[in-house]
Amino acid sequence: MSKQKNSFLEWIDKRFPMTVTWREHLSEYYAPKNFNFWYFFGSLALLVLVNQLITGIFLTMSYKPDASLAFASVEYIMRDVDYGWLIRYMHSTGASMFFVVVYLHMFRGMMYGSYRKPRELLWLIGMAIFFVLMSLAFTGYILPWGQMSYWGAQVIVSMFEAIPFIGETLHNWILGDFMLSDAALNRFFAYHVVTLPVLIVVLVFVHIIALHEVGSNNPDGIEIKENKNPESKIPVDGIPFHPYYTVKDIFGVVGFLIVFCGIIFFAPEMGGYFLEYNNFIPANTLQTPDHIAPVWYFTPYYSMLRAVTVNFLWIDAKLWGVFLMVAGVAVFCFLPWLDRSPVKSIRYKGPIFKFALAMFVISFFVLGWLGTQSPTPLYTLLAQIFSVIYFAFFILMPWYSKIDKTKPEPKRVTK
Amino acid sequence: MNKIKIFLLVLCFAPMALYAAEPGMPLDKAPIDTSDNESLQRGAQAFVNYCLTCHGASFMRYNRHRDIGWDNEAVVLDKLVMTDQKAGDLMVSAMRKNEGEEWFGVAPPDLSVIARSRGADWLYTYLRAFYRDDTTVPGWNNLVFDRAAMPHVLYEFQGEQRLVVKNVDGKEVKSLDLVKPGSLTVSEYDRYVADLVNYLVYIGEPIANERKRIGMLVMIFLFGMLGLTYLLYREYWRDIH
Repeated sequence: MSKQKNSFLEWIDKRFPMTVTWREHLSEYYAPKNFNFWYFFGSLALLVLVNQLITGIFLTMSYKPDASLAFASVEYIMRDVDYGWLIRYMHSTGASMFFVVVYLHMFRGMMYGSYRKPRELLWLIGMAIFFVLMSLAFTGYILPWGQMSYWGAQVIVSMFEAIPFIGETLHNWILGDFMLSDAALNRFFAYHVVTLPVLIVVLVFVHIIALHEVGSNNPDGIEIKENKNPESKIPVDGIPFHPYYTVKDIFGVVGFLIVFCGIIFFAPEMGGYFLEYNNFIPANTLQTPDHIAPVWYFTPYYSMLRAVTVNFLWIDAKLWGVFLMVAGVAVFCFLPWLDRSPVKSIRYKGPIFKFALAMFVISFFVLGWLGTQSPTPLYTLLAQIFSVIYFAFFILMPWYSKIDKTKPEPKRVTK
Repeated sequence: MNKIKIFLLVLCFAPMALYAAEPGMPLDKAPIDTSDNESLQRGAQAFVNYCLTCHGASFMRYNRHRDIGWDNEAVVLDKLVMTDQKAGDLMVSAMRKNEGEEWFGVAPPDLSVIARSRGADWLYTYLRAFYRDDTTVPGWNNLVFDRAAMPHVLYEFQGEQRLVVKNVDGKEVKSLDLVKPGSLTVSEYDRYVADLVNYLVYIGEPIANERKRIGMLVMIFLFGMLGLTYLLYREYWRDIH
């Protein structure tokens, strides 16, 4: 039996590098042995991606991308399709949880300096995934064609109008109409189920290839490849990804599923944060809701958009807002070159960095909360202050990361 | 490190505390119990008798009422269907959209998922907050929904309320006074509306009770798996120091 199996494997290996791939990416991919809690979120993001792809296919079977049928088809899925409610909640909860795990995954990178040399490209590919994820979330949120789908999308697409000279033409070209309508619903559906999923899968693949080329960072921020066993050439602090991290990640997956299923089965609306109450009202093109708020994962950037209230340098406030919002997302791309600290990990960085990171996290949450509220003069002022703090974290980093008092890095990874 | 985790967790839930606070009229808590089939059945009959004339529940099928104890199609037809519709049909309104627009200014909204957008407390307060107002077209107004296009359909049950505006410490306080009792007492009418709202909550998501029941089984399974996978992880990692 085993001989037969081996000859079968040989047959495959002569035609496809199966064993080599298995070794290179799993059984002989050496990961640092000191991964902690924060290192679960990469594999969890992959899990949520697969969840979105599979439930998405089943939703597509019953969903109708037609402005007059879309809302009813979602309710049809919720009521008349066998376990349609489960598939739909898995998809809607998955969308929010995707952002939860991706934000935590990015925060991990910021804490331990995972974006720094030699992982700059890995970080940039990750940022590309983040952009595609945001596009997926935006195009997907339109599909139920509820009031928030419609008016939230209206706010976003109207941003294109703020671009000088070509704005209006671009806006109409994107929508295929002079306003958000059936034509736009159809094309956003096409992007959501074909273009963007293909893109994200390819980018995730490239992200993992890039990771396995440079090797994983770890909570100490030191390179395990610099300390190899002279005979075996295996990093002393490395352990094979399979079976060690596969079994650990399975445990992480179950822990995650407890939270995920807890939401799906007991609080699928998540207090109006994952499924907004107003989105249970069918889209009405003639009635603007009193209060338009995007889904929670966009609210920090939405706050930045609304924070700019003055025209400046002959440029309209709205366009500055759009610029600030885009910058708020794109600024992460520059992290590898902004951080001038001699050490990577927060464990060895000084008090200034710790304070700066804490202020960044606070500003992210405050901006996120403000984005869910109707603007008042006080809230707008707060949004302005916290936008400044948010950007100061990045812009001042070359300076404060240099003068910060760091601790010496250890030679070997610690617990 | 633990401090950071706790800090993040606290931040995650901080917005929830503020979310509950919404301006406007304080809402009464609706006594909702979607496991009470008798209440849901009374609500269903009230719905088909008084709401369905103008409002549809057009994502809901008549025979879906097996969930609330009417598992026989003949019973469903007898209790709920007054037209020539079949048990498997959707609960559409007899009124056409353009007729509604002509008669009320706006087409009465479909009520299938109204409890999911408005919330039970809003509906429970709204249906008890109509008062006489001769300045409006329908002759009625509402404390929760100013100048609602809907007249007080349940008037004969509740009776007639009038608006009382008092000045307390320079602040306007609005309340309602029952000037002409209807055929039900106040507590009977509250019960009637509670049944109706209970039913609206049920049709908003008919699967909700089943969802929670399955969820309990899923949780039991997952917590078992959590223990097993933890043991598996410890076993493999025993030799890593």
